[in-house]
Amino acid sequence: MIEVIVFVVFALVALAGAVVMITAKNPVYSAMGLLATMFAMAIFYVMLDAHFVAAVQIIVYAGAVMTLFLFVIMMIGVDKQEDTAETIPFQRGITFVVALGLAVVIILAGRQAWVTGSGMFGTPDLVGTIETVADSLFGNWTLAFLSTVFLLTIAAVGTVALALFGPTAVRDVDGEEGT
Amino acid sequence: MTVTLGWYMVLAAVLFSMGAGGVLIRRNALVMFMSVELMLNSVNLTFIAAGNELGLVEGQVAALFIMVVAAAEVTIGLAILVAVFRRRATANVDVLSELKG
Repeated sequence: MIEVIVFVVFALVALAGAVVMITAKNPVYSAMGLLATMFAMAIFYVMLDAHFVAAVQIIVYAGAVMTLFLFVIMMIGVDKQEDTAETIPFQRGITFVVALGLAVVIILAGRQAWVTGSGMFGTPDLVGTIETVADSLFGNWTLAFLSTVFLLTIAAVGTVALALFGPTAVRDVDGEEGT
Repeated sequence: MTVTLGWYMVLAAVLFSMGAGGVLIRRNALVMFMSVELMLNSVNLTFIAAGNELGLVEGQVAALFIMVVAAAEVTIGLAILVAVFRRRATANVDVLSELKG
């Protein structure tokens, strides 16, 4: 019963965070909403016995990625409110209908079989400690793991290249003063 | 009443749809990136819930890989955004529709 209460409470936190993220005019509020959703996700991971992934979620997402987002928000200008006028007619309404339809389609299609396979065929009460995750990560999935190493290296090099060889001049756009 | 797999899947589907709606509705490139992050996170939730249901650790491994890919995507995306901002002084994607410097 307490599991249900925890799930409902943090599902509401996650949904509220997502709503705040989408609707807030100030990007900092959007970042805070996403942060609430990330923390709720970490709670769900703990409930699903994925303890190591929950820790990584907090450290990498709520820590590093959100700090990076906030850094760029502060750099780009925190006081610039987004122009909320619709340039495409009925953009909000159409988007709402499309997103709602997407959710309904996913739920209806997935309701038949959320998981493919013949029930439980792994370890019955698996707990995702560092040891079990690492056994799989450095055992069966070593090649994929090394590929992610290359991916991160390329991403870091690409970021440095963009920062070094990018444009330096700032031009005025729509009457806004460049700095 | 217990929390079954379906609850997590429905929550993940709703969060994914909200992320997709956020990408469509917002014009600030930063918030669009955040919406993409939300979509990736909801997929992580489905992986971990399914892995827990089947008793397989591969769900968590897949979630870790998605996190790595998301981190790389955020790094490159924000670097592009900063490069664009240095040239055009805006993060509004409507202004960036010309595809020329």
